[in-house]
Amino acid sequence: MAGKTIEDINAKIADGSVHVVTAEEMPDIVAELGPDGAAKEIDIVTTGTFGAMCSSGAFFNLGHSDPPIKMQKVWLNDVEAYAGLAAIDAYIGASQLSKSRGMEYGGAHVIEDLVAGKSIDIHATAYGTDCYPRKVLDTTVTIDDINQATMCNPRNGYQKYNVATNCSDRTLYTYMGTLLPDCGNVTYSGAGVLSPIYNDPTYQTIGLGSRIFLCGGQGYVTGQGTQHDPANNFATMMVQGDLKQMDKKYVRGATFHGYGTSLYVGIGIPIPILNADIAKATAVTDADITVDVLDYGVARRSRPVLRQVTYEELKSGMIDINGREITTSPMSSFHDARAIAGELKDWIQKGTFYPTLPVERLPGTGVECKPMKQIGEQPTVADVIAKRVITIQQGLTVEDAAKVIMEGNFNHLPVVSDKGRLVGIITAWDIAKAVAKNKRDKLDDIMTRAVVTADANEPIDIVARRLEQHNISALPVVDKHSRVMGIITSDDISKLVARR
Amino acid sequence: MKITLHVTPDITPRPLVAEVILETRVLLNIDWASVKPKGGGGEVAIDVPHDQYDQVAAAFEKRGATITALVQPVIKDDDECVNCGACISVCPTGVISFRDDWSVQMDLEKCVQCGACVTMCPHAALKVGKY
Ligand code: SF4
Ligand code: SF4
Repeated sequence: MAGKTIEDINAKIADGSVHVVTAEEMPDIVAELGPDGAAKEIDIVTTGTFGAMCSSGAFFNLGHSDPPIKMQKVWLNDVEAYAGLAAIDAYIGASQLSKSRGMEYGGAHVIEDLVAGKSIDIHATAYGTDCYPRKVLDTTVTIDDINQATMCNPRNGYQKYNVATNCSDRTLYTYMGTLLPDCGNVTYSGAGVLSPIYNDPTYQTIGLGSRIFLCGGQGYVTGQGTQHDPANNFATMMVQGDLKQMDKKYVRGATFHGYGTSLYVGIGIPIPILNADIAKATAVTDADITVDVLDYGVARRSRPVLRQVTYEELKSGMIDINGREITTSPMSSFHDARAIAGELKDWIQKGTFYPTLPVERLPGTGVECKPMKQIGEQPTVADVIAKRVITIQQGLTVEDAAKVIMEGNFNHLPVVSDKGRLVGIITAWDIAKAVAKNKRDKLDDIMTRAVVTADANEPIDIVARRLEQHNISALPVVDKHSRVMGIITSDDISKLVARR
Repeated sequence: MKITLHVTPDITPRPLVAEVILETRVLLNIDWASVKPKGGGGEVAIDVPHDQYDQVAAAFEKRGATITALVQPVIKDDDECVNCGACISVCPTGVISFRDDWSVQMDLEKCVQCGACVTMCPHAALKVGKY
């Protein structure tokens, strides 16, 4: 069929005859009418998503003070914003933490509070110049007192996102929420059937200049987002909008316990149904979208993929992992994604929102999402361990261990079985305690049996974090048969870091 | 329903809960207990079947303990909650679930006040209730 133009559609909005549905309603319509019929019948499909988008923030201009200041550093409610711009311009990022309140409050909360009309304390410092003599500034403002307040998010609206679980034996606190040990739960993000980009995966209508619902106001897509990865269906967009138009309901500061702050951003994109191809794409369902379930227990860039699932399975509340049914929970709100798609539909029907076509579509080819180029070798455990490790046989006495430690002048003594396998560890402190309590005979009674270990191929940074988390100062390095290959201590790591 | 038992130091050494279970033959489930060091008394949060509350309360009161009924073991601030459902998967007893419209609901009868959902909630919408 001959398609429609955006002008045709906008004319129908103006005369009130436009036919708008949400992306949730579209699969049934396409199933019934076919793509051609649906394209004739439906003018616009609205999408929506509401979830944590860490790469978010806002530019603001405070207006000039008297005497004027060229801010070198600035804090809003104790959260630092980037002031390396002109005198009283700054950018506050969602994941910047408060100096005084830490993870409980961050840039995201400042943005929410601004939108909610609350007062924000500003503190700025400067070096002073002939044209900007002032060195310190303290004031309190609301969003109405400042000039521009422009949300500008470098990466939003991920097409889909990986699913998280945790096969390790300790609880992890991540940007995917609390992940319970031993695959105790599964978390996921994204709106599935309502996902803006999944409803137009070839970006026929999405790109620089597409007008969108942004946090309750009208904003724009300004191009591809950072880490845009069309080849793997991980497309992203950069968006911009006026904070002064926004609704607190759709801009929400969040704290992920033990991780940091992020901003829940509400985005709705209208997809003008210009032709049957576009109509067909908007018939995507939760069952059509597949994502990888990753093991966050492995703190590396490439995490092991445990299986693939669809959003339909995730939304059922349980998925099977290694033969066990595990409870899932979303981190993004489908309830509010639906509200956004609905509100955008309303706006269009009432004639207060007119979609646009992009001046330049999001790129579908020629972009590559590369890992970081790192110069210098990433040191691993193997580079720093003391290889001539001294161990002691299981079954010997506390006195024997004391002698070995005295002679060797070190603190940690791995205990091994007669087959050379690690069975425990003993420290100089354990021995001192045992002697004080007059427990001088069996080593087995006083050694620590649940030994935290390292693998020779692990990067030093991961082992350093493990030492810190367990509040210990050395780890035996073992091979896959639990044979002790060496020992790594926090001293070794400090020396290495000092050299770096 | 949830009740909190407050015991004064003079009666803490007694096996109060066991006595009441034996006397009333009601199966009581202890959610948590906190006994303060030396002479501070203590508190025990107990799950009691609705219809047997009066009988159980009387048995405890007879022994000198006071009882407060816990109306809400976990309190949700609906202005802060965005209905994401993040809290669902960390709850050990399945208190939280989605309604058909994807808003979250809580079956508070099942709550053991572990606080896992409070830590998980990205919007600080939950807190463990005090009586
Ligand atoms: S406190 Fe624990 S048991 Fe109660 S709702 Fe929260 S997670 Fe569930
Ligand atoms: S995690 Fe918090 S915001 Fe999300 S549904 Fe639960 S209470 Fe509401």
